[in-house]
Amino acid sequence: MSTTENIIELRHITKIFDDDGFTAVDDFNLEVKRGEFVTFLGPSGCGKTTTLRMIAGFDVPTSGEILLNGESIVGLPPYKRPINTVFQRYALFPHMNIYNNIAFGLRQKKTPEEEIRRKVRKVLALVDLEGFEERSVSTLSGGQQQRIAIARALVNEPEILLLDEPLGALDLKMRKEMQIELKAMHDKLGITFIYVTHDQEEALTMSDKIVVMNEGKTQQIGTPEDIYNEPATAFVADFIGESNIFSGIMTGKLKARFCGGEFACVDDYPEGTHITAVVRPEDVEIVPAGTGTIDGVVDTVIFKGMHYEIAVLSGKNEMVIQTVHSAKPGDRVGMRVDPENIHIMKAEDHTNTFYADINSAHRIEYNGHTLDTSLTRIIKGSRRLENGNILDANGEVIDPARMRILVSIQPEDIEMTDDQDAGLIQGTISNLIYLGDHYSYIIHTELEQDFVVYDEDLWNMDDRVSLLMPVEKMSFALRKK
Amino acid sequence: MHFSRKNLGIPYAVFLTVFVIAPLLVLLFYAFTNGQGQFTMQNLTGFFTDPNALGTLFYSLLIAAVTTLVCLLLAYPVAYILGTSRLKSRSVIIMLFVMPMWINFSLRITALKEVLTLIEGNLARYPFTNAVIGITYDFLPFMILPIYTTLEKLDGALREAAMDLGADPVRTFLQVTLPLSVPGIISGVSMVFLPAMTNYVVLDMLYNSTYIMGSLIGSYFSAYNWHGGSMIALILLVIICLFTLLTSEDGEENPRGGALL
Repeated sequence: MSTTENIIELRHITKIFDDDGFTAVDDFNLEVKRGEFVTFLGPSGCGKTTTLRMIAGFDVPTSGEILLNGESIVGLPPYKRPINTVFQRYALFPHMNIYNNIAFGLRQKKTPEEEIRRKVRKVLALVDLEGFEERSVSTLSGGQQQRIAIARALVNEPEILLLDEPLGALDLKMRKEMQIELKAMHDKLGITFIYVTHDQEEALTMSDKIVVMNEGKTQQIGTPEDIYNEPATAFVADFIGESNIFSGIMTGKLKARFCGGEFACVDDYPEGTHITAVVRPEDVEIVPAGTGTIDGVVDTVIFKGMHYEIAVLSGKNEMVIQTVHSAKPGDRVGMRVDPENIHIMKAEDHTNTFYADINSAHRIEYNGHTLDTSLTRIIKGSRRLENGNILDANGEVIDPARMRILVSIQPEDIEMTDDQDAGLIQGTISNLIYLGDHYSYIIHTELEQDFVVYDEDLWNMDDRVSLLMPVEKMSFALRKK
Repeated sequence: MHFSRKNLGIPYAVFLTVFVIAPLLVLLFYAFTNGQGQFTMQNLTGFFTDPNALGTLFYSLLIAAVTTLVCLLLAYPVAYILGTSRLKSRSVIIMLFVMPMWINFSLRITALKEVLTLIEGNLARYPFTNAVIGITYDFLPFMILPIYTTLEKLDGALREAAMDLGADPVRTFLQVTLPLSVPGIISGVSMVFLPAMTNYVVLDMLYNSTYIMGSLIGSYFSAYNWHGGSMIALILLVIICLFTLLTSEDGEENPRGGALL
């Protein structure tokens, strides 16, 4: 791909903030073609806004290059870049009327007043706010301020328009309308748009290309279809749309075991590979018990208008299913999934994760054992009230009936023992690979989960072991049930 | 008995009546009466026909104007740096500027007097300069705080928006930051300008011969001329009211008012 086709290129961009040493963006690479609509998508704190600010010039990358039309602009201050920004909360100048707000950029370039007047009128027509010149900012609604902010940026005819969560402050209906209008504006003007949002639906609706980010790193770059259908990592699968995500293992040629069953699949990995399996809720078929790949008991049924959302418990695993047929909680059902609809990827890391419950005494319980820790110790910012309730960092009561704890522990932190009652859970060794200086074992537990354990000693296949997991090695996260 | 929220205001209402409204009425009474308790305009016309009194008024205005300007020039850069940076230590720095106010007033001014004597040798040589220095020293925090508060509340995105639209740092300051900090400036000016006209205690303590409106009122009162002194106080009050009225009208037009006072 030649550089002239790319309007902007980011090469190995890293941003580490001086004051706290926080790495906001880590080795970010991107090429944007002229006229493309690119969206940075990710949860808050993933580095998407920082990346945008570096393109605008408000933040300077710690290392890396930003090329505009093939030339580096890293040293260029924001007021010298042919790039304009639509800010999150609009940032309209409150001491100027609408006309002067929009004219601000043109005046800096010493444009003749006659031309300014013509351009302002034209851009106000574009955003459908003709005749608003003399109005003051405070008399405008949120949606109107948003349009003025877009007009103020567009009137400068930038090469690239940056939009930082521009629709975040609008209500749902207005947001949907603006999505369509922005997309139409982009198609009409042919300007390159770089858009930042945490709303996956917005990203899928509007973009030519989506960059999914998490913790400062690019997770996947692709078209909306690619990202939805072929997520590259478990994070992307989880973030885009709803997914059932299981960790599992390849048990043979095009065979994977996860969620307590052995499924046929179309992704080829060597036997014994630790994998992450993603199944979209709409791809699971409910069949009579015993005739599917796995069986389970219906836990909850929620009517969603177009479909039912049914959660089925199979052992300790939960499968969420979207279907037009209802079911009754307590029903025993079978489940099957088309091999094409099972998306298998190699597990990025071998961190073991499992869900533990919060009991009525606010203790954490797993497989009948109570963990030797407390909620306030493991949930950052949480505190116990005098009435015994526990609040999370946002001040909301943690309800044991609705919340559970996602526990993560590394393979090297788990120890195997013959003493069956000593560990948190028991299982049999279903796979082992020698990795040079240690063995990697897969332990299939009685709760139909697979744990990865590293051990220097050789154990035998099908040995029955108990897993010792020290609480201080675990990390915890609060999740909705 | 039914308790309403309004009852919470009773203590202040009592305070207001006894210490603000009543003295104002007394002031009004004295200003328009003579020694025999009869109504007269003599005090008013007397003030405006006395060249000494008028001279003092204009001299006070001059001192106040210069002091306010010096305060503003000293305070704005400090307030700007503190209000717009992300310095972690800024609350400490703010504290450094406010702390002199916690030290006893007479001790503070006496210290200033000693320092000035050390520098100038004889305090009588520069009465005007010393008056400005003394009053500035006393009132500087009142200028810094409101400007700082306004700038600190100013959305940083506005400055970024200006830069994004092609304005260099100087234009960004002149076209965005400065106009939007006007409420803070007005607030600071009204807290410095008006007291500066009357605060003769500072000057007295600096052995300063400068004669300002406060000194004039003081001299009337020490001569037991309650009527003349009250009239001058009333005239000052009217000037203050006019000033406040003028500036607050300006401030209300700005939707981002948000100064300290």
